[in-house]
Amino acid sequence: MFTIDDIRETNRMIAENRLDVRTITMGISLRDCADSDCQRLCHNIYEKITSRAERLVAVGEDIGREYGVPIINKRISVTPISLVADRMDEREMVRVAVTLDRAAAAVGVNFIGGFSALVDKGCTRGDQTLIAAIPEALAVTDRVCASVNIASTKAGINMDAVRVMGETIKETAVRTADRDAIGCAKLVVFANAVQDNPFMAGAFHGVGEPETAINVGVSGPGVVKQALASAGKQADLGMVAEIIKRTAFKITRVGQLVAREASRRLGVSFGIVDLSLAPTPAVGDSVAHILEEMGVERCGGPGTTAALAILNDAVKKGGLMASSYVGGLSGAFIPVSEDAGMIEAVACGSLTLEKLEAMTCVCSVGLDMIAVPGDTPATTIAAIIADEAAIGVVNNKTTAVRIIPVPGKQTGQLVKFGGLLGYSPILAVNPWSAGQFIARGGRIPAPLSSLTN
Amino acid sequence: MKLVITVVGRDQVGIIAMISSVLAECNINICNLDQTIVDGFFNMIMIANAEHSTIGLQQLQEILQGKGKQRGLDIRVQHADIFQSMHKV
Repeated sequence: MFTIDDIRETNRMIAENRLDVRTITMGISLRDCADSDCQRLCHNIYEKITSRAERLVAVGEDIGREYGVPIINKRISVTPISLVADRMDEREMVRVAVTLDRAAAAVGVNFIGGFSALVDKGCTRGDQTLIAAIPEALAVTDRVCASVNIASTKAGINMDAVRVMGETIKETAVRTADRDAIGCAKLVVFANAVQDNPFMAGAFHGVGEPETAINVGVSGPGVVKQALASAGKQADLGMVAEIIKRTAFKITRVGQLVAREASRRLGVSFGIVDLSLAPTPAVGDSVAHILEEMGVERCGGPGTTAALAILNDAVKKGGLMASSYVGGLSGAFIPVSEDAGMIEAVACGSLTLEKLEAMTCVCSVGLDMIAVPGDTPATTIAAIIADEAAIGVVNNKTTAVRIIPVPGKQTGQLVKFGGLLGYSPILAVNPWSAGQFIARGGRIPAPLSSLTN
Repeated sequence: MKLVITVVGRDQVGIIAMISSVLAECNINICNLDQTIVDGFFNMIMIANAEHSTIGLQQLQEILQGKGKQRGLDIRVQHADIFQSMHKV
């Protein structure tokens, strides 16, 4: 039986260190909704989502209330739409996105992920149509999130798709220019995308998944920082890793409990717990501040990558034993605009795009929520995607790019996305061109995965 | 089902009496109680067994929160499984 001190510790984590369950995400297969007629397809999709997820929000709120732990988001991920709507034209694809948006609103979730295509080896006609429809789809919907997997360790990097995604991101920014290009905050370009990610904007319900599944994403950077602060400056890095492991174990146990309970109450199979430290712009909820607590003066300075490697590894080691099924992205997130410490670090000049790229080698998930000047060329964005994909493909891990070229804004200016998406100064982009490299197109072959020195 | 009830607020006569009478009416048994008063500030953690409770957890939360509010107390009722899972393997 737990002790009175255990109760105090848990409640302090919740009340003072912002421990929460970041998301309960219900994955729903839409494969049986496919139809050659757009109206019937949309009808099937709407009916399936609203019937399967009807009780999701209410159950999430009940669990949060009964256990006294905040459950911040209730969300839905669906089968990549390009698979379900392969026969639709561009205008019809947008109608499908609007249907997803309506269904999400009807059940009360704030985001629905899965306006997606998996094109790591090549595009079908449906994939091309979906990608072409992304700017319009994100401009006319509020809750729909899009993602495109352009690379994998098994297939290499589809550079034709990379080029198109550079242009798609630019176009999406222009289409939502009146809202600081918010459409790009809902668009992720992946390498080695995972099938059971509960976190937005990159969530989709993969092809190997069951009919429905509950995936839970935990959080708690504030709890880790507090635990390290309590240990003091004299603890060596072995001890630091140990403290993070213990804390991650406790955080994950809460996620496991919530996931089990949600799947039981909803009658849906339990998928995975995603062991992630997901920051928010709120004070005391920052991954960057954990790195600074370890002793790096400012996030982005020398030592940052090593500190992040310790954190990422220890979170996984601690979390693994706490959950029966671990999956998703599982690692520390470093979304710039969603992390108060990262925002400060960019503002003071210690954190740059190049350093962020280095950091993504040792953590989840990639260049995330990065605002860049609106006049950044599409080929430069494509090249940034290619660089990030190369890191993922060669190192056999998931990487992603969620980059926002904000129209009319220059380096150093502030951009505000609002809510959990936060705010950020515009980061400088290396001005040298990759135009010719991107223009070559083709597919970068899959890498060798032995002889790994 | 075990419950954890935590109460924080300015010390006053009858806090435990009020809570225990609500629990007794609902057929909930008190298992453990830890209470301190520092500088006139009341802090209590109670573990109770609601196996034979006559009302649901959310109803009990509403009743105790309502009564707490009248007295300027913050009363939280939580399902104990969250503490059990977090602290016991």
